[in-house]
Amino acid sequence: MSSQRFLAFGLRFYVVVFFAYLFLPLLIMAAATFNDSRFPTVTPWDGTTLRWFGELAADGGMWQALGNSLVVAAGVLVVAVPIGIATALFLNTVSSRAKPFLYALILSPLLTPGVIIGISTLIFWRQFGVSGGIFLTVLGQATFIAAYVMLMVTARLQRFDRTLERAALDLGASPWQAFRRILLPYLKPALYSAAVIAFLQSFENYNTTLFVVGYDTTLTVYIASKVRTGLTPAVNALGLILILITVAVAVVYELKRRREAARVVEGV
Amino acid sequence: MFRQLQVRFGGPLAMAIVTLLGIWLIVMVTLPQLQMIEYSLKPNLLPAQIGGPEDRLTLANYATLFNNDIHRAIFLKTLWSSVLVTLLTLAVSYPLAWYLAKVATPRQAALCILLLIVPFWINEILRTYSWFIILAFRGPLNEVLMMLGLIERPIRFLSGNGGVMVGMVYAYILFMVFPLYNAIESLDDNQVRAARDLGAGTLRTHRRIVIPHAKPGIATGCIMTFMLAAGSYAVPALLGSPGSRWFTQIIYNWFFEGGNWNQGAAYAFLLLVLCIGFMSLVMKVFKVGLGDIGR
Repeated sequence: MSSQRFLAFGLRFYVVVFFAYLFLPLLIMAAATFNDSRFPTVTPWDGTTLRWFGELAADGGMWQALGNSLVVAAGVLVVAVPIGIATALFLNTVSSRAKPFLYALILSPLLTPGVIIGISTLIFWRQFGVSGGIFLTVLGQATFIAAYVMLMVTARLQRFDRTLERAALDLGASPWQAFRRILLPYLKPALYSAAVIAFLQSFENYNTTLFVVGYDTTLTVYIASKVRTGLTPAVNALGLILILITVAVAVVYELKRRREAARVVEGV
Repeated sequence: MFRQLQVRFGGPLAMAIVTLLGIWLIVMVTLPQLQMIEYSLKPNLLPAQIGGPEDRLTLANYATLFNNDIHRAIFLKTLWSSVLVTLLTLAVSYPLAWYLAKVATPRQAALCILLLIVPFWINEILRTYSWFIILAFRGPLNEVLMMLGLIERPIRFLSGNGGVMVGMVYAYILFMVFPLYNAIESLDDNQVRAARDLGAGTLRTHRRIVIPHAKPGIATGCIMTFMLAAGSYAVPALLGSPGSRWFTQIIYNWFFEGGNWNQGAAYAFLLLVLCIGFMSLVMKVFKVGLGDIGR
């Protein structure tokens, strides 16, 4: 029995260590923002300062990159969300012997390394005279983000009660009306979640973007190039701001999702 | 297939669905991949030579890898290191997934999952960068180790493969934890209790009951982690050095420094083959299908 107790204690200890491992690096990075040292570190502590936020705000390249990132993310939403919805509707409706093959093809962008999606997009569009830039970044990212959208829409679609749709059709609604009034409102929460995830995936993407971005730097590419050349704690200031925004969005999203899940359980 | 769509959604909408799906699968997924393969089979020619006698299919770009000792070594290192990263990540994630799924109370589990999701949402570059600060020559890890008297002089963590591996386990751990958690969670508690009542110890219960049940989760986690590790560019670029290059960095150099896209395409295709090979192997060993992965 005591060995069982010991194991249970060990497991709890392990969980604590695991979460320390998960958060300590982020805390150290955040702390380094406020260190008045030319190089980002926490040892030695050269005094507390806020000046790196000022330096960050004065960095024109950062603002340019942020603008590009937002344009790309908006483009990805426009391309990937409709494709993801269409694919989910297709998989939910069609039964055919070709379906397992199509399903494998649909999932393949998720199982392909991001660099390869970037490379193949870059090569394919060269023959049409299109070189790396915002347009190709949107296409490259949307290639795999559409698959994420598909998975999220499919998850909700699988719980849809199709008798509702049939009732609408029997009562004289056109297929378009049934889609517009019954299915689309039902899918709405999943569409919002998918849009949030698609935006974040696009904003954070590095591997695919690196190959297709050309000279239009996005924020993630900008951060990576700063880390390798000309590193100052201004990068930490940017990181800290991004982390705070991300955490806020993540918490709101997760709480909303849980409320939604609780509603489903209660049958409301 | 179109008929089924038409009956449910009507002609115009069915048309739109098929068009969007077609554009995605053909123009964005399939054709670019095929074009990449075709590129990899052609020599790197000047525009004037295209269509000329030298413009023919060849395996020369693939032979480069086998003839270049350094590139071959880096390819093999990428393979073994990615396998190692995958195994390490599995070992680190399993106890946590078990705790979340079967030991923690629902409230504890909900809190832990929220805590897990938060870093998951944070940019991979930033997560990697945080390790760059920790592992720096004059960074906090060296300071702490010296303060404890464990080392005399600071260690250059950022010059070998060690830093890259630590950074990768950190960056991709959640792609392992969640599939494992989902798989273990669906195991009936009674099975674990029955095993215990029949006298199985902790190890045996896991080996005979939990792990066989969690196979699809283990397979999914391993496939995702390996693919992310082998295809990683950010982690080796930030935490490695010229002496610890990753295969993706060689590919990048062919494109943007060597200016030989054909050669780069061949290397990219080899990386893809590596990932597909690993995936097939794992699916075969664990006897799971693609349907288990999409969940």
